[in-house]
Amino acid sequence: MYPKDYRYTKEHEWVKVDGSNGTIGITDYAQHELGDVVFVEMPKVGTQLKPRQSFGTIESVKAVSEIFSPVSGEVTETNPALADSPELINKDPHGAAWLIKVRLADPKEAAALMDAAAYEAYIAAQAKEHSA
Amino acid sequence: MLASMFRRNNEKSSVTTPATAEVRKTALNSIHRQLGAKMVNFGGWDMPLEYSGILAEHEAVRTRAGLFDVSHMGEIEIRGPGALGLVQLVTCNNAAKLAVGQAHYSGLMTSRGTFVDDLLVHKISDTHYLLCVNAGNQDHDFEHIVEHNKFDAKAENAGPRYSQLAIQGPRAKDILQRLTPAPLDSIHYYHFAFGKVSGIDCLIARTGYTGEDGFEIYFAPEHSEKLWSDLMHAGQPAGMIPCGLGARNTLRLEAGMCLYGHEIDDTTTPWEAGLGWICKMEKAPFLGSDVLAQQKKDGLVRKLIGFEMLDKRIGRDGYPVLINGQEAGRVTSGGPAPFLKKNIGMAYVPPKSTAVGTDVSIGIRGQSEAARIVALPFYKRPQ
Repeated sequence: MYPKDYRYTKEHEWVKVDGSNGTIGITDYAQHELGDVVFVEMPKVGTQLKPRQSFGTIESVKAVSEIFSPVSGEVTETNPALADSPELINKDPHGAAWLIKVRLADPKEAAALMDAAAYEAYIAAQAKEHSA
Repeated sequence: MLASMFRRNNEKSSVTTPATAEVRKTALNSIHRQLGAKMVNFGGWDMPLEYSGILAEHEAVRTRAGLFDVSHMGEIEIRGPGALGLVQLVTCNNAAKLAVGQAHYSGLMTSRGTFVDDLLVHKISDTHYLLCVNAGNQDHDFEHIVEHNKFDAKAENAGPRYSQLAIQGPRAKDILQRLTPAPLDSIHYYHFAFGKVSGIDCLIARTGYTGEDGFEIYFAPEHSEKLWSDLMHAGQPAGMIPCGLGARNTLRLEAGMCLYGHEIDDTTTPWEAGLGWICKMEKAPFLGSDVLAQQKKDGLVRKLIGFEMLDKRIGRDGYPVLINGQEAGRVTSGGPAPFLKKNIGMAYVPPKSTAVGTDVSIGIRGQSEAARIVALPFYKRPQ
């Protein structure tokens, strides 16, 4: 379910590092918790991001949520498909519905984030707390 | 992200439910969990928010049918020769006009002419009325009614004796008809009859909170699982799906219906909420009727309007409404209207700014977004 080569945050974003480039999205757990996504607000290309900095919002039918950057870097691209098809986030959150690409300030930074196994353990604990 | 979503378990319930209160469950709780519903605390009840998704459920109700567990809704029964007198005193619509087997929408009033709750009043007989009230308000409503019972009527907080299912949508009648000998065509809108559904005694009312044709059936809780499963079997071939409170909210908003705690509460009057049609001054005195008469004479300071966003951003509950750059009110309910494919909302604004077509703005995270006042309801089903 959760790609082994991605890194994850407690706020349910993922980052895939490819050399000095990173791709960022939200996790399947996040899209499921949000429900039907109806609108996504993206940053401008060129925006400088720091870890935990809000770079946009995702709105579902019920709620609006901020998205936080997992890493430092400069936004080089935003996913053009999401403007007209925000529901892609529900369908393919780890793939076609990536949110932004960044030029990483420090490619080693992401290593401090959770790997897939740690994230899966983290959300299992969250789900337990949630249903309690 | 997701800072907001973890609030959902106590959303809207904190107002009416003490933090220490135990969460209540309907008789269908384990069915909802088996179906994988996402659950929320609503008015102190552990209720399904959504099953397959709010958008799919909304569409099903507009085009086919949806089945809702609304057993959290409260029932209060008023009996005895003084029953009508009591109902007339505490509510603003004219229950004397109801025929046996008829129901109407009404307001349970404070002495200030504001809403303790909104409700449906069913006339079962000259000496017996069934009130259907909001889940989170039922105990308070009951106390309020008892407090004003100078008619020697017998008031019963009957919630635990009832489960309630809502079958809503253009195919609701045909689906329900498969399970009941009661001639549903003869139960007109806002009327009800007693009959068997799947062999179980039910009060079958042609009412709803979705803007579609449909029925709300009341029955003893021990039959809940059988009725749910028989209705699902009867409805699935016609495209009926289970629906949660998420779709119930988008459906009622699209149909321009008020929700207690949002459009109406104990600070708003029927005139302000555009509910003059349920406020029958000719039957006065009733609780608050003097205040309401005075307000009608003096004029209003605010009025409920509907708006639609002109761009893609969504004006949500609590966001400011700006007119000529000044805050003129707050959004009471706002969000996507999935069937209309617009973003809509309701808000209170000064009466001089309520004309359809008026340009307003909604303050969204510090930015001002264009919106326009439109007529209510946003959606009206084809006749």
